[in-house]
Amino acid sequence: MPDLIQMQAIDKSFPGVRALRSVDFTLRAGEVHALMGENGAGKSTLMKILSGVYQPDAGTILVDGKAQSIGGPRAAQALGIAIIHQELMLMRDLTVAQNIFIGRERRNMFGVLDEAWLNASAEAIFAQMKVKIDPRARVADLSVAQAQMVEIAKALSYKSRALIMDEPTAALNAKEVSELFAIVARLRGEGVGVVYISHRMDEIRQISDRVTVMRDGALVGTVAAADTPIEKIISMMVGREISDAPPIVPNLAGAPKALEVRNLSRGRAVRDVSFDLQRGEILGFAGLMGAGRTELARLIFGADRPDGGSISVAGKPATIASPADAVRLGIGYLSEDRKHLGLALGMDVRANIGLTAMARFSDSFGRIDEAALGRVAQDYIAQLAIRTPSDAQEVRLLSGGNQQKVVIAKWLLRDCDILIFDEPTRGIDVGAKAEIYTLIQGLAAAGKSIIVISSELPEVLRLSHRIAVMCEGRLTGILPAQAAQEHIMALATQRETTAGAAA
Amino acid sequence: MTSQDAAEKPKSKDLSGAGQKLLAFASLIALIVAFSLLSENFRTVTNMMNILQATSVIGLLAVSATIVIITGGIDLSVGTAMTFTAVTAGMLLTWLGLPIAVGVIGAILMGALTGLASGAFITKMRIPPFIATLGMMLVLKGLSLILTGTKPIYFNDSPGFTSIAQGSVIGALLPAFPVPNGVLILFIVAAAVAYILNRTVLGRYTYALGSNEEAARLSGVNVDAWKMAIYALAGAVTGIAGVVLAARLNSAQPALGQGYELEAIAAVVIGGTSLAGGRGTILGTLIGALIMSVMTNGLRILSVAPEWQIVATGAIIIGAVYADSLRKK
Repeated sequence: MPDLIQMQAIDKSFPGVRALRSVDFTLRAGEVHALMGENGAGKSTLMKILSGVYQPDAGTILVDGKAQSIGGPRAAQALGIAIIHQELMLMRDLTVAQNIFIGRERRNMFGVLDEAWLNASAEAIFAQMKVKIDPRARVADLSVAQAQMVEIAKALSYKSRALIMDEPTAALNAKEVSELFAIVARLRGEGVGVVYISHRMDEIRQISDRVTVMRDGALVGTVAAADTPIEKIISMMVGREISDAPPIVPNLAGAPKALEVRNLSRGRAVRDVSFDLQRGEILGFAGLMGAGRTELARLIFGADRPDGGSISVAGKPATIASPADAVRLGIGYLSEDRKHLGLALGMDVRANIGLTAMARFSDSFGRIDEAALGRVAQDYIAQLAIRTPSDAQEVRLLSGGNQQKVVIAKWLLRDCDILIFDEPTRGIDVGAKAEIYTLIQGLAAAGKSIIVISSELPEVLRLSHRIAVMCEGRLTGILPAQAAQEHIMALATQRETTAGAAA
Repeated sequence: MTSQDAAEKPKSKDLSGAGQKLLAFASLIALIVAFSLLSENFRTVTNMMNILQATSVIGLLAVSATIVIITGGIDLSVGTAMTFTAVTAGMLLTWLGLPIAVGVIGAILMGALTGLASGAFITKMRIPPFIATLGMMLVLKGLSLILTGTKPIYFNDSPGFTSIAQGSVIGALLPAFPVPNGVLILFIVAAAVAYILNRTVLGRYTYALGSNEEAARLSGVNVDAWKMAIYALAGAVTGIAGVVLAARLNSAQPALGQGYELEAIAAVVIGGTSLAGGRGTILGTLIGALIMSVMTNGLRILSVAPEWQIVATGAIIIGAVYADSLRKK
């Protein structure tokens, strides 16, 4: 019998990125096949191709041994392939049943809906799943776990033979996870092939039959879950060579403390986090997506309010109730989403650099001293080697690396002594990455204190003087520079063992 | 990360605009009671009929606007599209001398066509609704003026046309309630659209698009085709408004129309429909339209200067949305 699904030599490029390189993947009926890899390895892209969201540039997909082209979500559904996306794709204002059958409502010749059939059918699916959810409830009123169950019910309603789950447990607590696993196990028993994307080693061991690891858009290998040690899988995930020179860790003994964080907490996202940051230090934050690193940065920057804990800046207790407070204290936050949150793309380089320091460049009537601002902008363009024809160039026309430098200039102009970089090189090509690294190291050498949040381990290893690792909102350890990748990964996947404690 | 945030957020109980509708309805009753106490000229049957008559056109436009706004879009062209359909009726009836039924159906079809055009600009050419319908608003205004040579078209050759709005079928049966036909049409259209929104596939997708268009697309819904159909439906309702307006004025006035769209949108908003899309009801919109005409009528009867009536209308819009945001906290 042929495999349920065979993907052969799939290629996919997006502008500027080669997302998939000749990837092979097979799914058998009645197996749970885990798909693993670091963020950006290409897992989600591969599965979006299988579910018709993207079209491959090259390669073939066989379903039951027959070549198929999957032109869109509807074609995938017709072949019995359903996907549960990482971000829940539900219509919050519609009811549970309306969501499940969207696009396939039973209706008469006038388009009048049969609401009773809708609710009864949804009820039947939930009964089969042994889940209690009211089909008439509005999705906006459900918990995330219940919404997840609605997504699964929707997938099942297609009579799916292949079910793709993209990080389905990211928002679930231990009890909900075990309910989900029970459903997955039942589906496997009924002959459904399940692709399971997750970062969590313990889950993979618990439910999967085979594991496929991807890295940098390519297939690393497929192994049987039962007889492959976790260490082996981790080394497959991170196995890339680090060609860059390791950081020279300065002797920071006796350096004053720039930032002291104590017991900082916010809901489940950040739980009891304490650490110190010294003057001149680069502290890397490693962890998987959703580990709480960005949430921690937002607390330090005053973008969110903590439930508890304290922060001291330069040895003095600080109250940070808003980003404006943080900026006054010399803390700058360079968001991972610089296009939306860091830059005014349609404005020129000069205006962007001066944006947060307008008070300094305007008189009491609010008139801007363009000449002075221009001189400062020119200085930074030279100092940070920003490649732009002039300070009057619109920022949207610069490359990603140079845009990032403009953001850095903006914060330097505000005299920030503590800079938090959140994914500083996301979407930046390899050459420009090295430049950003040199820049960050130069800033530290000049006495700035720096936090680098990155999902790319090589980046953390390349930059950090110390490496903090987070998992599920907790700081699971602080390691010295050049710690073993396996060690970091182990801390990053170290879930709480006490079941239900997270609820 | 975002999903975790969502998990932690305390769940806000939202009764899908029911609270806002109740609030709006209570405000309407309060207004009517207040004006009735202040003026005995207000609390006459004739005046009530005046209020209803004044609500018919703007109410129909507001129903049209509601459909589009629930998808998360906006239609700025309803006012001038209404005029364009009235002109269409005028050309068919007065210039070509065709039967009244042809003029009415032609106007409604023309309305649907303008809606379809807006929908095509939005889906096929990827122009944001605000811009696409702003363009349509000006194009249709200009075309109305060009086609008529800027002069009104009168319906004097089509006796009976005016009774579409001014006659009273109900009055013939129940002399005590001379509800004008225009008002009857408003209620029938409102009921039909409410049925479509709540009971048919078209309506389901109207809410689905406003709630999460990407999710609808990934579920295999042909988003572009449905969106065009939704705009066409809204356009057809606009066409009905055009017919009622023409019948009420016994003429198609090409210069009229601009400004109606904002009144219609105001009625929609007062009625609790979210400009963000996904939520809204026709009943709420009707109440919103009535609040606006009761205000205008009541203030006029109390001899408040027209300038102040405009200020009051603006204040009501801001107050209604503020009350809604307070309620949601």
